[in-house]
Amino acid sequence: MKILVCVKQVPGTSNVEVDPVTGVLIRDGVESKLNPYDLYALETAFRLKEALGGTVTTLSMGPMQSKEVLLESFYMGADEACLLSDRKFGGADVVATSYTLAQGVKKLGDFDLIICGKQTTDGDTAQVGPEMAEFLNIPHVTNVIRILETNKKGLTLEMNMEESLEIQKIPFPSLITVDKDIYTPRLPSYKRKLETTKNSDIKVFTLKDMVDTDEKNYGLNGSPTQVERIFPPESNVEKVSFEGNGKTLATALFGILSEQKYIG
Amino acid sequence: MAGIKIIKENVDRKTFNELAEICPFDAFTFENEVLEITSACKMCKMCLKNGPTGVLLLEEDERAMVDKSLYTGITVYVDHIEGNIHPVTMELIGKAKELAKVIKHPVYALLMGDNITEKANELLAYGVDKVFVYDAKELKHFAIEPYANVFEDFINKIKPSSILVGATNVGRSLAPRVAARFKTGLTADCTILEMKENTDLVQIRPAFGGNIMAQIVTQYTRPQFCTVRYKVFNPPERLKSPTGTVEIMDIEKEKLISAIEIMKIIKKEKGIDLSEAETVIAVGRGVKAQKDLDMVYALAEKIGAKVACTRPGIEVGWFDPRLQIGLSGRTVKPKLIITLGVSGSVQFAAGMQNSDYIIAVNNDPKAPIFNIAHCGMVGDLYEVVPELLKMIEDKEGMVG
Repeated sequence: MKILVCVKQVPGTSNVEVDPVTGVLIRDGVESKLNPYDLYALETAFRLKEALGGTVTTLSMGPMQSKEVLLESFYMGADEACLLSDRKFGGADVVATSYTLAQGVKKLGDFDLIICGKQTTDGDTAQVGPEMAEFLNIPHVTNVIRILETNKKGLTLEMNMEESLEIQKIPFPSLITVDKDIYTPRLPSYKRKLETTKNSDIKVFTLKDMVDTDEKNYGLNGSPTQVERIFPPESNVEKVSFEGNGKTLATALFGILSEQKYIG
Repeated sequence: MAGIKIIKENVDRKTFNELAEICPFDAFTFENEVLEITSACKMCKMCLKNGPTGVLLLEEDERAMVDKSLYTGITVYVDHIEGNIHPVTMELIGKAKELAKVIKHPVYALLMGDNITEKANELLAYGVDKVFVYDAKELKHFAIEPYANVFEDFINKIKPSSILVGATNVGRSLAPRVAARFKTGLTADCTILEMKENTDLVQIRPAFGGNIMAQIVTQYTRPQFCTVRYKVFNPPERLKSPTGTVEIMDIEKEKLISAIEIMKIIKKEKGIDLSEAETVIAVGRGVKAQKDLDMVYALAEKIGAKVACTRPGIEVGWFDPRLQIGLSGRTVKPKLIITLGVSGSVQFAAGMQNSDYIIAVNNDPKAPIFNIAHCGMVGDLYEVVPELLKMIEDKEGMVG
């Protein structure tokens, strides 16, 4: 069974703020990391590989330093990794990103199952998985919280639908996005880390390696959405603080709760 | 190609340093005295706006533009499970009416399911101009292929300008699938929607981790999709005499075939899901004994709150693990959260710091919880809670 997992390098913190005066983005100089939701996708892939045999390939799109997260996937147990990196992929929205990843998948060959994390911590849209499935013309299921049965032909799984669970039987090839907590992710193996030489076996594809080499479909050009502007959120909640004995504080709290209509 | 072009003659290390300082995505590199923009670039255009002049140039390609006048109507996708319409649908109808008014478009609802036609009246009561119904037994349960095919059929026949979808798990699966089919824009989790005269939908959402708002438009293609979470907008008043109409739609049977087989639907047990709670009281290590939770539950009952906890509450076995807030537990975003004796570790804060209003009671003035609280109360919860309960009871006594 051939499994592909999509992973992404995201900022180590989401603490980006806009300077209200200059409009410049201020961020903590924190390093990048593997999108935490991808750990669940990787773990799901390794469990399926252990049950059914086969290989796990990881795929990412981003600048060259994204190789770091692909290396991390090696340490956890991936067999093969590929990075899609080209300046022409820059400025991509969901459609262009999904299209590029789908092109990368086509280039890498046929897969039985593609697994994505639920969402990323930077883009936070949870849309790339379903859009990729559309571009690959395969069925998809999102919010998978449990895999009940596996065999060579497909999976039986649970889709989390807020109020209910939908048990679905899906054939291969298909794409799933897995919820947090489907399995507890394993730690990277030190032994595997020693065995993995820097940059070993990471394929890098640029635009000219793709099946579709038309620039119009990638990056900014291939993005139907445009960011018109970015601005700091209005914060209209004023901070207040109180000190004192129980009576003083309770009176203040009572006032706030009454004003916000929680009491009375 | 479209993008940011570098005017090489005007670049030196100083300009690189300036740009590197501005760029939130580390997209600039300067190797061998050559400035480059890597694919980390997200086109936020901060560098163009605030960077040194004469170094960067925005190049925009001529792009094919759809004839927007061919697309009419603001459509709301009706989210439901077996006919139970999710309330986010009504909230979106309310917003769609506001948006439609600006450009004098009608408001449509797209309803698909099995034995569902009668539910259209419920939507008309909220002021929808026309409900398009696809009623077929193959649509009884949500499965991606038939649902996406129906959506596609609707768009091809009706050509709506904008489509609003609730950001439920079904909506988040369906909307991107259909948007990709039309290679059109979809903006997730919008918190503000406005309409331009030229029918471009202005979509505003928190971006890059939530501390920045991004204003996004779909300029070149139609329809334009967005998803919106539950409880972001308000439902409209019900009309006494609705005037909208219902149109029954047909679709070829082969488009309703699904490779995925839906085996069954299991209802989840209710009552323990924190993520839906509008009011939460979270207790931390400051609560010393299990019996002390009695006063907390009493307060919770008075203000209609759910009681949750930090990790120690799970470790000592006082709470069901589903009631833990934080990175290793649940993320909540209630309208009000009161924390009692919670120090406010990073792990805990990550699970609740987006709450609308945070009240923290803690006896340690240095506790990090006070950094994120809107209302900080430095004091002993064992004094505050009983005193507050007494005040509430006194007031009830007066009223009753």
